[in-house]
Amino acid sequence: MAALIPSPTIIAHLGLIFIVFNMLVMSAAFMVWLERKVCAWIQDRSGPNRVGFEGALQPFADVFKLMFKEDLRPKAADAALFAIAPIISTITAFAAFSVVPFGTETTLFGLLKEPIPLEVTDVNVAVLVVFAIASMGVYGIVLAGWASNSKYSLLGGLRSAAQMISYELSYGMALAAVIMLAGSLSLREIVMNQSGYWWGFIPKWYVFLQPLGFFIFMTAGVAETNRAPFDFPEAEQELVAGYHTEYSAMAFALFFLAEYVNMVTVAAVATSLYLGGWLGPFLPSWLQWVYFLIKVFLILFFYVWMRWTLPRYRYDQLMQFGWKWLLPVSVLNFLATAALILWIG
Amino acid sequence: MVPLNYYLILSGVLFSIGTAGVFLRRNLITVLLSIEIMLNAVNLTFVAVGRYLGSVDGQIITFFVMTVAAAEAAVGLALVIALFRHRETLSPDAYTSLKW
Amino acid sequence: MVSMDTLAFYVFAAIAVIASLGVIGQGNPMHSIMLLIGSFGALAGLYILLDAPFTAVTQIIVYAGAIMVLFLFVVMLLNVPREEPAPVTAGGLLGPAGFKLGAGLSVLLAIEVIWGLSRLGIAGFAQDADAATVSSVARIGNELFTQHAFAFEATSILILVAMVGAVVLARREH
Repeated sequence: MAALIPSPTIIAHLGLIFIVFNMLVMSAAFMVWLERKVCAWIQDRSGPNRVGFEGALQPFADVFKLMFKEDLRPKAADAALFAIAPIISTITAFAAFSVVPFGTETTLFGLLKEPIPLEVTDVNVAVLVVFAIASMGVYGIVLAGWASNSKYSLLGGLRSAAQMISYELSYGMALAAVIMLAGSLSLREIVMNQSGYWWGFIPKWYVFLQPLGFFIFMTAGVAETNRAPFDFPEAEQELVAGYHTEYSAMAFALFFLAEYVNMVTVAAVATSLYLGGWLGPFLPSWLQWVYFLIKVFLILFFYVWMRWTLPRYRYDQLMQFGWKWLLPVSVLNFLATAALILWIG
Repeated sequence: MVPLNYYLILSGVLFSIGTAGVFLRRNLITVLLSIEIMLNAVNLTFVAVGRYLGSVDGQIITFFVMTVAAAEAAVGLALVIALFRHRETLSPDAYTSLKW
Repeated sequence: MVSMDTLAFYVFAAIAVIASLGVIGQGNPMHSIMLLIGSFGALAGLYILLDAPFTAVTQIIVYAGAIMVLFLFVVMLLNVPREEPAPVTAGGLLGPAGFKLGAGLSVLLAIEVIWGLSRLGIAGFAQDADAATVSSVARIGNELFTQHAFAFEATSILILVAMVGAVVLARREH
């Protein structure tokens, strides 16, 4: 009978998965609130302030409303693909976070015999796993656009898919430059390579070694998640709502959940690659995941800020920018990094 | 780890499914998909036997097979698009002018 | 009590075979493509069981993430309809009787091959100490760029040729 009780390590891993999953869902809710508040402040108004203190319960009210809406399906829609598209979007959004580390190894104050690292899992090809799952995210959008059997959805879906595929290339080249610097594909090792300080006070983060790479990665990340200024495929003014026009109720909520969790994943991967992950001064090692949260929050705030400040790119400008400017610049960044590594040794 | 012959049997089954697809289907796109199934079965054999021998050569050949499959899929689909513009159908029976 | 490895192998193998049967067995091309993506995912799982994580991830990125998107776009562009079953017009051995005979012979062949392969006295896998310590990416990179450098460069040119060829072939004639 005692053999059926799992060991404390397994319980700790399961608990970690539970915590990460719930944190992602809560962060999507937090992002909904943050977006509306920041949008309001930029536009000189006050945003949601009825439900809870400063509107903090607004996302929960939204979800509550969406749960009770009628679940519509167009008659000519392909039922299987229509149902599976939001599921694919959500699964890929959550799965990509599974290799992101957010803290050092901890023994949970001595409860565990051996320390477990603070992440869901660590494969030695972690960066490629993130890339692979991000490339699977295209399917959710394409299938949603196609299966809705409506011209707005189809156009939005195809444009969105083409945009995501185009910006994946620059995303990958920026990743490759960081991998060359770190010499490893595991996100945990890349973060550990950024520990230490130059001249005593400048942390050895890769954003100082690769400023152009950071810019390319963030731009490609914004385009990958279909956020402004690259959100033409779901532009409310032109395309009704793009690929999720025909979705209502919880399926719509799933698409939005997937979009926000994708943003959080891009921010978390950017933090691990360029901003030193959970590393920071003054805190003991078991509290350093606080720094991770702070850095991810800063990047997310920057995302929201960008949405409500910059005008939207037109679709052909968007594709031109991706292929004719961003991709050559990312290849040059990669070559320059390789040359510098060979030269400096 | 399961013994090697399990992987070989699975690869053989997948390869024969792909071959059956190439022979039996009346749609050019599905024929191309069946070819991809066959290539994947071969990839599985390479990786399994490479691991069995303890070398990394199996994975390297897989890398090349995937690249060639990508090139072949691109050109094959371009041909399908060009053919479709002429005959408006994707059934292989419409393209039998060279048959004796 | 089977071990996790054996259970994982059976699960992935079952998914791969059933998905492939679905690809060739049912008529809607969009569904065929999604089932094939499922089959690729199962194969990626099998590669991870075989200590080949880089091949698994490359399979997802290249096959499931790029080639299948290409297929999907072409199917959406051409609006491929459900296909009709083949009209059987020939008689004798080329007609339905021949089909049944061929199917029976194929099943017999499959049974023989599986019986024969399972009788092979193949033991377990080699004790690859490197597989666990050295990153598979590092090993593959080392061999690929030193011993197989020529094939690598030739493949790059092949992809370039294929890209140009695809653009030229699919262009609308003016």
